[in-house]
Amino acid sequence: MSIQITIDGQPVVTEAGENLVDVAAQNSVYIPTLCYLKGKPCLGTCRVCSVRVNGHITAACSVPVTEGMQVEVDTTELADMRKALIESLFSEGNHNCPSCEKSGRCELQATGYEVEMVVSRFPYRFPLRPREVAADHIWLERDRCIFCQRCVEFIRDRQTDQKIFSIKGRGITAQIEVNTELANRMPPEQVREAADICPVGCIIEKGVGFNDPIGRRKFELQSVRERALGEEES
Amino acid sequence: MNNRIQAIIQRYQTDRTRLLDMLWELHHLYGYLPDEALSELADGLNMAVEDVRETSSFYHYFHHRSTGSYTLYLSNTVIARMQGYQEVLDALERETGATLGEMDPSGTFSLYDTPCIGLSDQEPAMLVDEVVFTRLTPEKVSSIISQLKCGRSPEEIANPRALPKTDIAYVDQLVETNICKAGPVFFHNGNDFPELLKNCLDAGPEAVIGAITQAQLRGHGGAGFATGLKWKLCREAPGATKYVICNADEGEPGTFKDRVLLTRSPQAVLMGMVLAASVIGAREGIIYLRQEYIYLKAYLEQQLQLFREQRLLGNNILGHADFNFDIRIQMGAGAYICGDESALIESCEGKRGTPRVKPPYPVEQGYLGMPTCVNNVETLVAVTRVMQEGAEWYQSLGTEDSRGCRLMSVSGDCQRPGVYEIEWGTTLNQLLTLVGAEDPWAVQISGPSGECVAVDKGGERRFGYGDLSCNGSVMIFNRSRDLLGIVKHFMQFFVDESCGICTPCRSGNVDLRNKMERIIAGRGCQQDLDEMVSWGQLVRSTSRCGLGGTSPNPILTTLQQFPELYQAKLTEQSGVLLPSFDLEAALQGNERARIELTHHDYIPRELIQDPETEK
Amino acid sequence: MSKSGKNQTCSHDLPATQLNPALQAARDNKIKVAMIGLCGCWGCTLSMLDMDEALLGLLDKVTILRSSLTDIKRIRERCAIGFVEGGIANEENIETLKEFRENCDILISVGACAVWGGVPAMRNEVELSDCLREAYVDSVTAVPDAIPTIPYHEDIPRITTRVYPCHEVVKMDYFIPGCPPDGATILKVLDDLINGREFDLPASINRYD
Repeated sequence: MSIQITIDGQPVVTEAGENLVDVAAQNSVYIPTLCYLKGKPCLGTCRVCSVRVNGHITAACSVPVTEGMQVEVDTTELADMRKALIESLFSEGNHNCPSCEKSGRCELQATGYEVEMVVSRFPYRFPLRPREVAADHIWLERDRCIFCQRCVEFIRDRQTDQKIFSIKGRGITAQIEVNTELANRMPPEQVREAADICPVGCIIEKGVGFNDPIGRRKFELQSVRERALGEEES
Repeated sequence: MNNRIQAIIQRYQTDRTRLLDMLWELHHLYGYLPDEALSELADGLNMAVEDVRETSSFYHYFHHRSTGSYTLYLSNTVIARMQGYQEVLDALERETGATLGEMDPSGTFSLYDTPCIGLSDQEPAMLVDEVVFTRLTPEKVSSIISQLKCGRSPEEIANPRALPKTDIAYVDQLVETNICKAGPVFFHNGNDFPELLKNCLDAGPEAVIGAITQAQLRGHGGAGFATGLKWKLCREAPGATKYVICNADEGEPGTFKDRVLLTRSPQAVLMGMVLAASVIGAREGIIYLRQEYIYLKAYLEQQLQLFREQRLLGNNILGHADFNFDIRIQMGAGAYICGDESALIESCEGKRGTPRVKPPYPVEQGYLGMPTCVNNVETLVAVTRVMQEGAEWYQSLGTEDSRGCRLMSVSGDCQRPGVYEIEWGTTLNQLLTLVGAEDPWAVQISGPSGECVAVDKGGERRFGYGDLSCNGSVMIFNRSRDLLGIVKHFMQFFVDESCGICTPCRSGNVDLRNKMERIIAGRGCQQDLDEMVSWGQLVRSTSRCGLGGTSPNPILTTLQQFPELYQAKLTEQSGVLLPSFDLEAALQGNERARIELTHHDYIPRELIQDPETEK
Repeated sequence: MSKSGKNQTCSHDLPATQLNPALQAARDNKIKVAMIGLCGCWGCTLSMLDMDEALLGLLDKVTILRSSLTDIKRIRERCAIGFVEGGIANEENIETLKEFRENCDILISVGACAVWGGVPAMRNEVELSDCLREAYVDSVTAVPDAIPTIPYHEDIPRITTRVYPCHEVVKMDYFIPGCPPDGATILKVLDDLINGREFDLPASINRYD
């Protein structure tokens, strides 16, 4: 059913029930995201896509659009909140871009640029989260994990449908786990899928890294914003 | 193959949504959750063991390393801390030989602290396995521990007359109910439930919804959603089957009224659930009971049995061929967040208590994806009462925007801590007089997630959805109390209880707690206060659920009500070094490391050869 | 360390040749800029030099009081803009940053180390005693059979418990991330500030590595 909503005062015609992040992108409005994957169920974990919907701040990825919805994206207050959430992720873990295999391909880093983060307003914590290296083709740099749940929800063992990745503990003691046996029977393309689906450099494919020269890396060829908006046009 | 584990899996028909129950059974079997047992359980359920641990590690009553023969959980609340927590803890450590968070060398006792166990009217209190001990003193602790050492079970110590656990006398033996003031709505226990249900069934579901709606009954859990509308939405939502859930996960620190209702009016609670089932068309109901109330379980099972005998539960209820409904009790395992209805549903499904993304709402897709009506214990009792006495009667109580009465769990600096039924519209001062508050200075309304009210500023405020919307927790502090310390304690509570699924709540609460510590240490300046407000707003507005939506409240509301407390702690920056930068701490590590790593009989040559120092 | 005394003379206390009065007068009217390095690798300082000839265009407005070219310990006069490379890893860093803050109107953290600690801050994940143990006690290069010694002398600055970003020690006004940031990025910031424009690092030139 065709409906009309407004985004930052501009009327937008779309289909009822479409995801707000997608609707915005179709209309050239970029809403930063980290956990959201188009076409997959909403995870709603990072909150980086926070916008105001009918007066209430909410994560855009969790909003199916409805008739008459009033959406605000581009306000100083909201932009600062989204920036603060990105900054919070940077200070909560160890995001040492200069030494990270994912640099240039990292969604957290690329989104940091888009929100014009230069430093975190929150104190850097330097947590100690031991890395997990037991699996043959994959390892976890846990201090980079942002708990987006993408791998937990979307990467499953193809024979048994069991979870390969999971979270242990809760709150600040939570950490990402991988089942070694299941990880070892992931076919190469699934290993790559897992590493690619990770928006940071937490899931790393062994023997792969620093392959593209600086200047030719994923988000240097096309920024995360261009990708978010461009994919909609094709 | 371990037969006992296989038996557990079979008992639950390999149904992984019953994982929480299976984990409890394993826990009872071993005293903790051994890796091998979890692996076997995982295999039996076609799950990765990490996936099973994803659930088990979420709940703090599940242990993954072996524990002592007895596990002691001392309630660590601000109220307990006002009433001798530290002395009791010292006594526990001394008598058991275990340090907090550890097991004693002999493997007899494991000692932990735990957030509020719903006994703020009789703190300090602790759970020893599944038995509760209240009003602890160092002497009482000595006696309990020495009896345990002599081989008496916690059960025998607390219940020397060996009263059956199904009996209310057993519950009374363990805890006081402390109903200080009953009113028109609660604690009216008649035996006319079959009659009531018959009338309601005859009148039909629309009439029941109509009465509840007309009574303007709102949920007593805290959010205040209109109960009639919730039932209506759930009734209208399409679904092959539907569920009724009673939220008895009363985890808000300072509240205990659901414990008292479950003890004194369990049948009114059950009646509310049966009514809900009849209205929405549910065949199954669940009481989600927090583990802290485990000593009520057998008693509640007995009440369920009594209902079945009266044909108020089971098949063909009161002879209605198409009305089949029964209730099971789901034990929680220690997680405040499970008080959130969607987290509670996840927990009932054997998963981590992570609040769901909404929409869809539970009334549309709840337990097992089906329309589910989740109501608080107190709401269900109020429903029963509305149906007994009529909507007009209920409407005559309270105020325009808040009809009826509500129960207050009052604790702290007052003569008569306990449960009070007040009409909405009562002022804070009236309540304080009623409870015999002693020199009340600040009142924490609705627990840490609510607001802190300065009595001299807000004493005339009225309880009601329009003003002091209270979830039932009222903690009173007099002028001798360290309010900033209490705020820090509350922030630590939220840090511990955040499920961690979303960024602002997981990370932001840690930053807020750290800021609070900085202020208390006298290293904060005005900028820190400004940042606390701004970060607090961030957490409040961007978090996924009500936990993060309210967790900055201890800071934000005390900053607003008691700004002078914060101002008195602030420091002025002298020079360019920031007051938050602790120069001494920055240089101490070096000193410590050098001493640690240097042989004590060895003096560095430089120190011997160069005694002269330049100035 | 930074004060001349009986056994040492700091570079900034050495007698300096008087400038030609006309040149001195021209300099006095310029915006004074300085850059110091704390715990870093000097890569950001090299990036400063990477401004190359573009810097020439600014020199009618700007004079550089201290940089890696004039390796004096302390600036002798107040500066309008100070660039800081590196984080805080020892007490000498604290002292240097403190004096710099006292003598600069605007202070800018340049590069990952100054902004958040950078590579040196990787030691924040372990105890300082473990770092020192690894370096001096259990080190593969430790002298066999010698009594292990943690270097300690009043002339050796004490290493801090952990590595701090500059803004946790003194107020910093702006931040240029990067490891190192490009010379062009530093130039843009400098150019903006001396021409009265707002600090601005758009996504197109913002880099964390």
